[in-house]
This record gives sequence, C-alpha cells and structure tokens, in this order.
Amino acid sequence: MIEPGADRPMHHAREAHAHETEHQHHSPTPIGFWIYLMSDCIIFGTLFATYAVLGYSYAGGPSPADLFEPSFVAWETGLLLFSSITFGLAMLQADKRNVNGALMWLSVTAAFGLGFIAMEIYEFNHLIHIGAGPDRSAFLSAFFALVGTHGLHVTGGLIWLFTLMVQIKTHGLTPANNQRLGTLSMFWHFLDLVWIGVFSFVYLVRLV
Amino acid sequence: MAEHTEHSHGTMASLMIGFALAAILTIIPFYLVMGEVDMTANAKIGWIMGLGAVQIIVHLVFFLHVNKNVEEGWTLTATIFSVVILGIVLAGSMWVMHNMNENMMPAHEMEQQIEQMRSLQSQEG
Amino acid sequence: MASEHGQPADTFSPIFGRFTLDWIPIHEPILIGTFAGVALGGLLFLALMTYFKLWGPLWSKWVVSIDHKKIGIMYMVLGFIMMVRGFADALMMRAQQAVAAGGSEGWLPPHHYDQVFTAHGVIMIFFVAMPFVTGVMNYVMPLQIGARDVAFPFLNNFSFWMTVSGALLINVSLFVGEFARVGWLAFPPLSGSSYSTGPGMDYYLWALQIAGVGTTLSGINLIATIFKMRAPGMKLFDMPIFTWTALVTNVLIVAAFPVLTATLAMLTLDRYMDFRFFTNDFGGNAMMYVNLIWIWGHPEVYILIIPCFGIISEIVSTFSGKPIFGYRTMVWATACIMVLSFVVWLHHFFTMGSGASVNTFFGITTMIIAVPTGVKIFNWLFTMYKGRVRLELPMLWVIGFLVTFTIGGMTGVMLAIPPVDFQLHNTLFLIAHFHNVIIGGVVFAIIAGVVYWWPKAFGFKLDEKWGRQAFWGWFIGFYVAFMPLYALGLMGVTRRMNMYPDAGWQPYFIVAAIGALIILYGIACTFICFFVSILNRKELACGGDPWDARTLEWATQSPPAPYNFPQEIHVVGREAFWQMKKEKYAFSTEYTSIHMPKSTATGVVLSALAFIFGFAMVWYIWWLAIVMLVAMIGVGIAHTFNYNRDYYIPADEVRQSEAKGTLA
Repeated sequence: MIEPGADRPMHHAREAHAHETEHQHHSPTPIGFWIYLMSDCIIFGTLFATYAVLGYSYAGGPSPADLFEPSFVAWETGLLLFSSITFGLAMLQADKRNVNGALMWLSVTAAFGLGFIAMEIYEFNHLIHIGAGPDRSAFLSAFFALVGTHGLHVTGGLIWLFTLMVQIKTHGLTPANNQRLGTLSMFWHFLDLVWIGVFSFVYLVRLV
Repeated sequence: MAEHTEHSHGTMASLMIGFALAAILTIIPFYLVMGEVDMTANAKIGWIMGLGAVQIIVHLVFFLHVNKNVEEGWTLTATIFSVVILGIVLAGSMWVMHNMNENMMPAHEMEQQIEQMRSLQSQEG
Repeated sequence: MASEHGQPADTFSPIFGRFTLDWIPIHEPILIGTFAGVALGGLLFLALMTYFKLWGPLWSKWVVSIDHKKIGIMYMVLGFIMMVRGFADALMMRAQQAVAAGGSEGWLPPHHYDQVFTAHGVIMIFFVAMPFVTGVMNYVMPLQIGARDVAFPFLNNFSFWMTVSGALLINVSLFVGEFARVGWLAFPPLSGSSYSTGPGMDYYLWALQIAGVGTTLSGINLIATIFKMRAPGMKLFDMPIFTWTALVTNVLIVAAFPVLTATLAMLTLDRYMDFRFFTNDFGGNAMMYVNLIWIWGHPEVYILIIPCFGIISEIVSTFSGKPIFGYRTMVWATACIMVLSFVVWLHHFFTMGSGASVNTFFGITTMIIAVPTGVKIFNWLFTMYKGRVRLELPMLWVIGFLVTFTIGGMTGVMLAIPPVDFQLHNTLFLIAHFHNVIIGGVVFAIIAGVVYWWPKAFGFKLDEKWGRQAFWGWFIGFYVAFMPLYALGLMGVTRRMNMYPDAGWQPYFIVAAIGALIILYGIACTFICFFVSILNRKELACGGDPWDARTLEWATQSPPAPYNFPQEIHVVGREAFWQMKKEKYAFSTEYTSIHMPKSTATGVVLSALAFIFGFAMVWYIWWLAIVMLVAMIGVGIAHTFNYNRDYYIPADEVRQSEAKGTLA
C-alpha cells in the first residue's frame, strides 16, 4: 500500500546504530502482568457465574442465612482493605528508596494477609465441622471453590511477598526488585478487588 | 526505570482518598445488612451490588492506577474487554441456565419431589 | 476423597496409590504391538542420537533455548508427531466402522473404541492444532514486527514444555492404565466419579490442565510482544495481517482458556473431593458444565482458525503480487469475530432445552458471525482478482483452503438453524462439518504456512513434486473421507458408534475408510517431502526472498540469526519489506553489540516436575504429588533469585554472521 509521501526516506536504520540501548522499549512486564490478571479475573468470573447459577441449590442442606456471619466477613474485609493500604504505603517508601520503610510496611501487609488467611481457614474448618462442607450441596461446592480460590491466591501472594522481602533485604531496591514490587502490588490490589465481589455477591446479598 | 516508578504508584494523597472512599463504600453495604434499615430486600441487593461496582472502580483508579494514559491505553482497553467478557459469561450463563431450568427441570417441582422422597424415607426408616 | 466410588480406598497402596500391575495392558495385543513399535523406534532414536553425539547440542541448542524461532519449530515438531498419533486413532475408527455393520462387532471392543475416539479428539485439538497455531505465531509474528524475541522469552520456553508435558501424559495413558472414554469434551455425569472410575478421566484432566497453563501463558506473552516489541514506527494499522490475527487469537486464548481451566478444575474437585458441581444429586447441574465448557469451546475454534486466516492473507497477497485487498476491513472483520465468538456458544447445545428465545438469539448470532468470515473470503478473492497469481505450492494449499473451508462454513450455517440442528445434533453431519473446517481450514492453512515459511526457517524450499503429491492426497482424501459422513448424518447416523445394525450404511463407511487411506497417502507424502527436501537442501537453497514477499520477516537472513535483525528497523507504512526492496535498502555495516536473554533449563525442569505431579495425581500417589508441588514452588522461587539473565552478542560476531548477506 503506497502511502502519500512515499518518496521521503523511510528507513533510517543507518543512523540508528548509535543506540538501540537508548530507545530501548519499556519493560513489557507491567502490561504482561496486567493481561495475566485479566485472565485470572475470568477464572474468578467463571466461579462467580457458577455460584450465581448453583448458589440456590441447597439440596435440603443449609442456606447462607444459616451459615454466614456478616460481622466475621466484615473483619476479613477490613484486614484485606488495610493490607491494601499498607502495601500502598510500602510502595511510597520504595519510591523514596527507603529500604527499611518499605520492608516495614511489607511486613505489616503480610501480617494482615496472614490474619485474613487464618480467619478463612477457621471459617472453612468450622463449616466442614458442622456438616456444611463442599460435599453437602452444589451451593456449598460453589462457595468453597470461589472463596477457596481467592484464599489460594492470597496464600500465593504471601509466598511471593516473603520471597521478595528476602530479595529486597539482600539486593536492595534495584530496578529488578522495584519492578517485582510493582507487579506484586498489582497482584495484591487485584485480590482485594476480587474480594469486593466476594463480600458483596457471595455473602451480603445472600444475607439480605 | 526511574520514570516508571515515579508516575505509576500514585501519591500519599491519592492513596488516602482511595482508602477513605473504599472504607465508606465497604461500610455502607455491611450496615445495610447488619443494621436495622427500612428498605425492601431488592433495594438492598441493588444497593449492595451497585456500591460493590463503584468500589471496584475506586480500587482500579486509586490503587491499581488504571487510566487511559498508562501503557498507551492498553491497560484500560484490556480492562474494559475483560469486563465485557465477564458480563457475557455471567449474564449469559444465568440466562441460559435459568431458561433451561424453567423448561426442563422446574426448581420448585424438584424441591417438592425431594421433600416427598425425604418424607417417604423417614416413614420407612 | 473419591474412594467410595470404584476401587475401595483401603486397597490403595501408600506408595503406589491406586496403581497396580493390572493396569499395564498386557492382554491387549493392539497396545502391545503399538508399545513394541514405539519402544523400538525410541531405542533406534536413542541409539542414533548417542552415536552421532547429538545429546549435548539437543539440550543446549533446543531444549533450554529461549529463542522464539527454535521454540516455534519445536511446537511444529510436536504438532506433527502428535498428528501421527491422532491420525492412527482416526484410521482405527474408520477401520472399525467399515466392518462393524449389521450385527458384526468389528475388531475394536467398545472399551477400547471409546478411548480411541476420545483420544483422537483431545489430541487433534489440544496437541496438534494448538501447537501448530502457537508454533507458527511464535516463529513468524516477532519477525513480522521486527522484534528481537518475544516479550518474555523464558516464559515462552516454559509454555512450550508445559504443552509437551500434557502431551506426554496423554501418551503415557496408552501404556499405563487407560484413557478417558467420554468424548473430547468429557461431559458429566459420564465423566464424573460415579461413571468414570478408572484413571482415564484423570489423565484427561491433568493433561489438559498442564498444557492449558502453557497455552494461557503463551497467549499473554504474545500479546505483550505485539503491544511492546514492535519496531519503531510500526503503528497498529501498519502491522501485517498475520500479526493482527495473532493478536486477536491470543486475546481469545487469554479470555477463553481461563474458563476451561476453571471448568476442568471444578470437574476435578467433583472427582477428587466429592464436590457437587456437576453431579446428579446434591443439587449439582451437569448442564452447567456443558454451558461453561462451550463458553471456552466456541472461542477455541476461532483460536484455531483466526491465525490460519492470517496465514492465508499473507500467502494470497504475496503470490498475487498485490497488497491484501481491504486491509482495514480484514482487521475489523477479525476484531468482530473476536467479540462475536463469545456470544454464540449455545449453538453447540440447542437441544439442551433452553427454549425458543435463547435458541433464537444464539442461532442469529451464529449466522451473523458468518458475515465477517465471508468478508475475508471475498477479500482474498479480490486480492487475487487481476493479480498475477503464481500457483506455487503454498498457493495450491490456499486454493484448497478457500474451496473446502467455504463449504465447511456453509454447512456450519445450516447447523446454526435450531430446527435443523435438532435433526442433525450429534450426527455424523456435525462430524463432517467440523472436520470440513478443521482439515479444510486449519490443516490446509497450517501446511500452506509451513510450505511458505519453511525457506524462512531453513534457507531452502520444499520439494515441489512431493509437496504436490501431499496436497492432492490430503485434498482428495478429505472429500472422499467426509462427504459420505454428511450423507450418513442426514440419514440420522449418530457419532461415536462402535457398531450399527443397518448394513445399508456400510458402503458409505467403506468409502470414508478409503478416504482416510488417501489422507494417509497425503500425510506420508508430507513427511517424505520434508525428508527429501532436507536431503536435497543444497539444490533447493533459495536465498532470503524466495517468494518475492512483502512483509518484514523476509528482510533478514534465512534462517535468521538468533538476534533476528542486526539493527532496529524504523518502519513507515505497511508492507515494510516491499518498501525496503523498492528503496534498495541495506542494513548498516556498523554493527553494535546486541542485548540478548540467556538460555535457561528452569522451564524444562518445571515442566518435568509438572508431568510427574500430573502422573502422581492420576494414580492417587499423594506423597509424590506433594513432593512435586513443593519442588515446583521451590524451583520457581529459586529462579527468581537468578538476576543474571542476559548477555551481549559482541559486534564482531554480528558482523561475521551478517557477512553472509541479508537481502536477496
């Protein structure tokens, strides 16, 4: 396809020898990771859809009103929301190149995350104990799968967080570590975002 | 690398605004369920879902820093595309399955049958 | 655990899980024969590799390589190998149905036959067609946009080896245990723990999950590549059509495969931990599985065909000596298909009973999606119109594609009409339809692409004589094999039958079997063609631009050096290479050192662990599964502690390799 002005010089690689490094492309990691998050989002979407469709199939077993405790969910929600804020504070410290400040806020984030996981394990254990495990009904299967998948993600995020804290401790806030911190930050905020769907759609609307 | 870290992590101010909004948007739906609110069930469900959607946008903007300038707009495009696909998967599944249940296996009849079977079993046992 | 079904849990060994020697099929002569063949071939391969001391080079130049070109070639090798396996299954089915008429039971017992049709479908889609399209995209797309490599080269290697792990797991099921007997999409409740008790169904689940990880990651990788790695100046609407189709395909992969992952994971939970998603009791709903799997399944068929549209576009344009007709309509048609492919899934189960309103909606969307596809067909025809069409080998395949794919597309529109579908659902008419679009569409286009880009990858053309033989074998074989199935479908013959009472159908099945043999001839000629061409590579050598091509991948050496292009190319407008030829462009001779990523064995190690993990899960060898899972996490974390991931190719080396000349 010949564009207007095709006669002007088109390829100036001859002058380009100077510097590939100079205008090197920006890192593809942030957009690549974002695309990954979107695909993860669709995994959650599928589980939400399953919960939407099967969430009323109690098979004569317990219903949400019998099982869910809003104040418990409120605490879990609070823990995750605070962990998002402390991660944000860690990022601001990292921007100031303050290794210790960043590590401190990351530790607080990890503590909130662990608290969240502990509460979730307690809840699951309790439900299974009272005979409301995932094998009781399709509703409970959908509930355990969706909330459990979110919990597994948070666990994965925690493992990543601890690994990265070791790496920041040993190597400092190098460009590579900064990039990883940025990526993990996206992951962590994303999990908080998915939790909004969980507490609204899985718990609260079913308790109205 | 340096310029990357500067413009994409936001500032203390944006973090705190996001936090305040998120906190409010979280507290209201919990209050709707836990407090004594005079409102129909459907209205409550509508409010909870609506506030949830708004809070998701708040998180996207203030915590994940999605806007039309990041990555030449690809982040925003990818997000909108995912929302469309999510909408199709969710709404489509519910529509398809609801219609199938209505036509093939009316839920109320099934519940009745299950109840009947249960009562029969308990009589036998 | 699922122990209450089938084999009782207390008979499981703590060490070997539910595996016992009874699961080795020594009583099945067909399998033993196959095993002997594979073992002999394998030994011969091992011996040759050792004799020629090729293990070292295989490891360092291929297995651990993160060069997108080598990974692309390895995907193609995987696809061709698995095609032989999948085609062997096809021949067995055709041979069975050719004789099992009017009371005869044929020679394949149902237990085996059901595994054969399941394996055939799974292998052909996941381990032949998918590696083919991923392979071509991997090889060609980065070159077309003037990139050094993909965005995440290590991830690319890992994706490939995960696909191999999945493929290996399926092949292991041939000799250790059994494969699923449920059809390629494994609908519950048949695929649930009550009705599929053996390990076959679990082989299915883990093979697909492991390969699925690779597919999804590769999709993310290639999208990021197109977003971030384009040569300076190459705007979106300057990208070659194939790159556009690669973008759309990978968007579909990233959007659709998570649905498959989640759906299969739910089925796995049903089978392993007594969840109740798709069971008959406890409120489960098997139809939800059908609904979800097709939300993935329909985009999946576009994942297969869209890159093929890209291949066809490149070849038609090159061999007509013209720019592609209607570049923008081509792009928008592809984008329309991308979105529409997500709103047609219900046409796979009109008969499920969602009612008239739902069926009507999905029937209409299905007919609408034929429109952008038709736009493409006309664009190709108009590209050829008044062009100087050179009927060389790649173009021959394209003509075969255009004719066959159009017929297949039209029978698809017939199936989109719900009342017609009620008659034809699950009949051989459907089988004929999708083979018509997958063989006539995907396979023909992929082979066209292989023939077209072979000189790019290896520096010599494929042998013309054997290439033409292969084409006619495939082309004629396809029609002889599948036209009888359309007729049978209209007579009401359902799919997946082990035997049938009506001897009047037998002649059609015999003709179909003969067709399969003609395709066999085509496949044999394809391999002979590769082999003969490699032998005669000196005479067939053709320089860098054998087809008078137009797009950027031809602007560099054939085969390209690891760094692809000695310098960044600044692109203005479409058909960059055509412009460069007009300008008599040459690369600068002042070379600089080039920044490159290092090879790593992490990908292959992780995939090997994933393979053992899958095997352990299939056989309930819990301790091994846990060890492998921990090992995978450990290796993954250890990999992140390696900060030393790149190196520079010195300018002298670039100079030496460029001295061989670039532009023809």
